[in-house]
Amino acid sequence: MNSDMRILVVEADTEKAQHIIDALSEAGWVDVQTLSKVSSLESSIESFDPDIVLIDMENPDRDTLEHISMVSDTQSRTVAMFVDQSDTDLTRAAMNSGVSAYVVDGLKMNRIKPVLETAIARFQIMRQMRSELDAAKQALTDRKTIDRAKGILMRQRSLSEDAAYKLLRKAAMDQGRKVIDVAQALVTAADLLI
Amino acid sequence: MSRQILNCGFVPLVDCAPLIIAKELGFAHKEGIELNLMRQPSWSALRDMLALGHLDAAQMLSPMPIAMSLGMGGLSAQIDSLMVLSVNGTVFGASKEIARELGPLPFGDAATLLKALSKLNKRPIRIGVPFPFSMHRLLLSYWTQTLPNFVVETVTVPPPRMADAVSDGHVDAFWVGEPWGSAIVQRDVGHILMTGTDVWGFAPEKVLAARHGWIEENPAMSRGLMRAIYQAARWLDDENNKPLAVEILARSEHLNLSPDVIDPALTGHLTLSANGSPVTINRFLVFHDHSASFPWRSQAAWIAAQLGADPKGIERAKQCWRADLYRQNLSSIGADLPSASEKIEGAVNEMTTTPSSRGHMILAPNAFFDGRTFDFEVQKDE
Repeated sequence: MNSDMRILVVEADTEKAQHIIDALSEAGWVDVQTLSKVSSLESSIESFDPDIVLIDMENPDRDTLEHISMVSDTQSRTVAMFVDQSDTDLTRAAMNSGVSAYVVDGLKMNRIKPVLETAIARFQIMRQMRSELDAAKQALTDRKTIDRAKGILMRQRSLSEDAAYKLLRKAAMDQGRKVIDVAQALVTAADLLI
Repeated sequence: MSRQILNCGFVPLVDCAPLIIAKELGFAHKEGIELNLMRQPSWSALRDMLALGHLDAAQMLSPMPIAMSLGMGGLSAQIDSLMVLSVNGTVFGASKEIARELGPLPFGDAATLLKALSKLNKRPIRIGVPFPFSMHRLLLSYWTQTLPNFVVETVTVPPPRMADAVSDGHVDAFWVGEPWGSAIVQRDVGHILMTGTDVWGFAPEKVLAARHGWIEENPAMSRGLMRAIYQAARWLDDENNKPLAVEILARSEHLNLSPDVIDPALTGHLTLSANGSPVTINRFLVFHDHSASFPWRSQAAWIAAQLGADPKGIERAKQCWRADLYRQNLSSIGADLPSASEKIEGAVNEMTTTPSSRGHMILAPNAFFDGRTFDFEVQKDE
């Protein structure tokens, strides 16, 4: 699943990094880059545009990564962290509270796959939620525009609200356009005229 | 009385001293607490561990509990500040190249320094800070935004790596806490050009933070912890204890720093460039004096406003700073308590007396470099 995910591994220890890459490719993820120097983190994220960034929980560079995620449009990115201890409570608590912190027992490579699969599932839920949220926001904005257009018609042509909406809908159908587009055009025109 | 274990997170910086002293000198023991200090690799990790309940309490950058409680960036959680752990203690400086281009400037003159920086050819200047939600970053933005067309690029660099970042040109300038500013000077890769006090005279730097729910469920532990930290801070600010404090902190396995890098912060004798002689900075790092550990709700409001919170968010932030618990838990051990829990931030230009539980207390200057004042009580009615 999801073998087209781009993964960036932040790990200064080349041997450790290689182990992680091997485990990832065995699990089917081949689009992997590693980064050893954090000063190039920003440019790597920009050019490689990873879906997921992996960084060790013990790595102080996590603060840098957080800052980059905050200021750039990297919200769709999950950060999974590997720590050298097994702690299922922590993993569960982390997942419930929305941190994408996942624990791998002693960096056992056979656990990378299930851990990443969970991370990706979560990443997709988040992405889904965000697009639903965006859609909801859009619907709200659209409704405000339509309300304004109705208001203009009600005032200018002394119509009831219902009649104003019917008029908008009729104009949209006649012109083969969406109601929101007609409403938007009306609001824009009214802004120019008033 | 059986002692209860309290897991407390910290980042190894000089200003975590009250935690180490509370443990090493037995202040925590006396309060029935076995203080288990747990070193954290990054502020993000510390934040997650506190939010997830792996830590009961933690040293935090003062804007962190507010950012978390207001749901800005990273992990959200109801985190309160029980008290201020330290005031001031940060430095601003630049790489040797930038310092040379700037030429000689009066030390600590924030307005002149800002003008000189804005006239450099290099644009934008990259400035390293330890974390986005830090007093360092807030002071930097506050300072640079007074010149409307001056844009700087802020990057996060873990403090132990700041000297490397300055040395290899990853950043042109830096805003860090001790010992990392002195480390940059010692390695002769940069100069200190001012301290945080030159932008805000009395800035709450670190706080003692805990989950709101944990505080509710553990009133006795919260009280014991606050009392232990209060006594440790009082001990630390006694001039006679400074040499011993440096020694205890240097020997502590928690910090792993040598005495010569701990001393400048505690004594306020900072060396600004590799060949320079030390200068003395007043109130460079304060733990207790001038009511330093009191969580003024107006400080929380200032932080929230700088983070871009709306009036509702500012009110919320004020509630995160537990001036109420400070009064409740510390009056019995002789803490002098101010009559009010809010003050006008930036209004004190010289030592000023204000009413307190023991008559009056002396507030230290808390002016901003541009003379602005912030009264958040006015904004309440809207």
